[in-house]
Amino acid sequence: MNNILQVKSLRKSFGGVVALDDLSFEVQEGQIKSIIGPNGAGKTTLFNIIGGMYRPTSGEVWFREKNISRVPPHVAAKRGISRTFQNLQLFANMTVLENVMVGRHCRTKTGFLRSALKLPGAVKEEKRTVARAMDILRFVGLEGSAHRGAATLPFGKERLVEIARALATQPKLLLLDEPASGLNLRETEEVGKLIQKIRDTGKTIVVVEHDMSLVMGISEEVLVLDHGSRIAEGPPRHVQKHPDVLKVYLGEEIPHAESPKP
Amino acid sequence: MGKKNLLGLIALVAVLLVIPHLLGNPYYLGVLVWCGIYSLLCMGLSLFMGYCGQISLGHAGFCALGAYVSGILTTRFGFSPWPALGVAMLASLLVAFIVGLPTLRLKGHYLAMATLGFGVIIYVAAEGDPFGLTGGPSGFWGIPKLSVFGVVLNSEVRWYYFVWGVVLVCMVFLLNMVNSRVGRALRSIHGGEPAAKAMGVHTAKYKVEIFLLSAALGSLAGSFYAHYVGFVNPPPFGLNFSIHLVTMVVVGGMTNLWGAIAGTALLTILTRYFRVFQEWGVFFDGFILVIIMLIFPEGLFVGAARKLAGIVSRRRSTGFPGRASRQTADGA
Repeated sequence: MNNILQVKSLRKSFGGVVALDDLSFEVQEGQIKSIIGPNGAGKTTLFNIIGGMYRPTSGEVWFREKNISRVPPHVAAKRGISRTFQNLQLFANMTVLENVMVGRHCRTKTGFLRSALKLPGAVKEEKRTVARAMDILRFVGLEGSAHRGAATLPFGKERLVEIARALATQPKLLLLDEPASGLNLRETEEVGKLIQKIRDTGKTIVVVEHDMSLVMGISEEVLVLDHGSRIAEGPPRHVQKHPDVLKVYLGEEIPHAESPKP
Repeated sequence: MGKKNLLGLIALVAVLLVIPHLLGNPYYLGVLVWCGIYSLLCMGLSLFMGYCGQISLGHAGFCALGAYVSGILTTRFGFSPWPALGVAMLASLLVAFIVGLPTLRLKGHYLAMATLGFGVIIYVAAEGDPFGLTGGPSGFWGIPKLSVFGVVLNSEVRWYYFVWGVVLVCMVFLLNMVNSRVGRALRSIHGGEPAAKAMGVHTAKYKVEIFLLSAALGSLAGSFYAHYVGFVNPPPFGLNFSIHLVTMVVVGGMTNLWGAIAGTALLTILTRYFRVFQEWGVFFDGFILVIIMLIFPEGLFVGAARKLAGIVSRRRSTGFPGRASRQTADGA
């Protein structure tokens, strides 16, 4: 199996606050890997570094045998990394279809002049973009809402639009930041199925998630972070029983009650 | 371009062709020439503000650059008008590039301040006349008439057809552009820059490019101004004018190119027909900006139409507003 993503001794600090501390791990191609950990463990920071929004303080990120640690986000998208956001970041000023069409941006090339003059190439490309975006909306089950304003959909469907938009960039690696947050039980289950369906099309998926039923149900591997470093990694069952994980999530037994120091 | 835009263009052409026959007085036609010149400026500003979500309080500066470079080259260096217009546009693009690269990294108030500063610099340069070219505070006369395919634009009617012809051509190109991959990229920057970047939109590049495009349109409008009036001096290109431009774009509805033309036409006609708007210019601009932003953030026309439609549909369904809810309350 190939490693599609390698994170090597990654460190990120904001001023004095260390968000990621010497973190290393790998993601295999075609895998669903989940990253869990308490709030502030550094999960979203990690996504922001892989996606190019932040630069690491030290350490490297390798994607398909290339160092992408200092690549800006729009180039990362072109290389094949796409993501969704924990707090929805839909373009509220556009329809659902247009949102997904923006995802095609990095795979199309019509520029100012060719679009203004409406040259045949531009028209053809636009048609292909619409068709492709509609295919993706069908894939996530939103074809009926294509022409609605993106901000008018119920929350659960907005999450799906974000996933569709990310898919439109034809990613090799899809980063999903809490895809189930704010969803009810049934919607969470559907998102889980959708994530597996996306994996089955040959994509690699990394999920940051708090919903344990989703994480344990779909992941091949789970990485547990706390305070910016790895405390456990492995198949869901292994991780569930890991003493350090239980400690982080459930608290630990304290042998002696803490007393104020003299 | 969708059907709506095509119908809009046809309607605009029809109106433009009819108007000269209804207006007897050439002064009134002159007002419409101004509408056309300002429309060019506002279309560029609408792309920058409404589509791209940025703000510029210095666009009068690009208009001034176009007017002064055209005027200086034709009166002092013996250029004929069209090459002078081209040089003016290149100069504006260069200045916009130099100003845009650092300032477009700024956001919100900071970008507003930076562009405001740029506008003031251009104004001060025109007034202070460091190289003895601009004629200082009193400006200079004698800018030659523009001619198109051998026809000299020496009457209001000719200017009217010429300017609006240019506006229409620009409108077609820009409508094509905003309804394409490029337009979507611009709107995605407005909709949310982090997400736009994550989708592969090179946001910094697009912001600079659209700033350049709006600068070019501003410069074109400025060159037309110089040749139309035959005289340039600093006062029309001050901060007030930049704010007036923003007001026109906002009144018409920022997120729509048609709004730029509609807002420009409305405010230009008001200020030129009713002296009171001219005398109280800045006051009215400020007042109108606040009112529109509070009541009709999508612009006067769309906003008012929506409010009206809302009132009508409520009347139809319940007799008068609020009745339906009262009935259920009684029943409960």
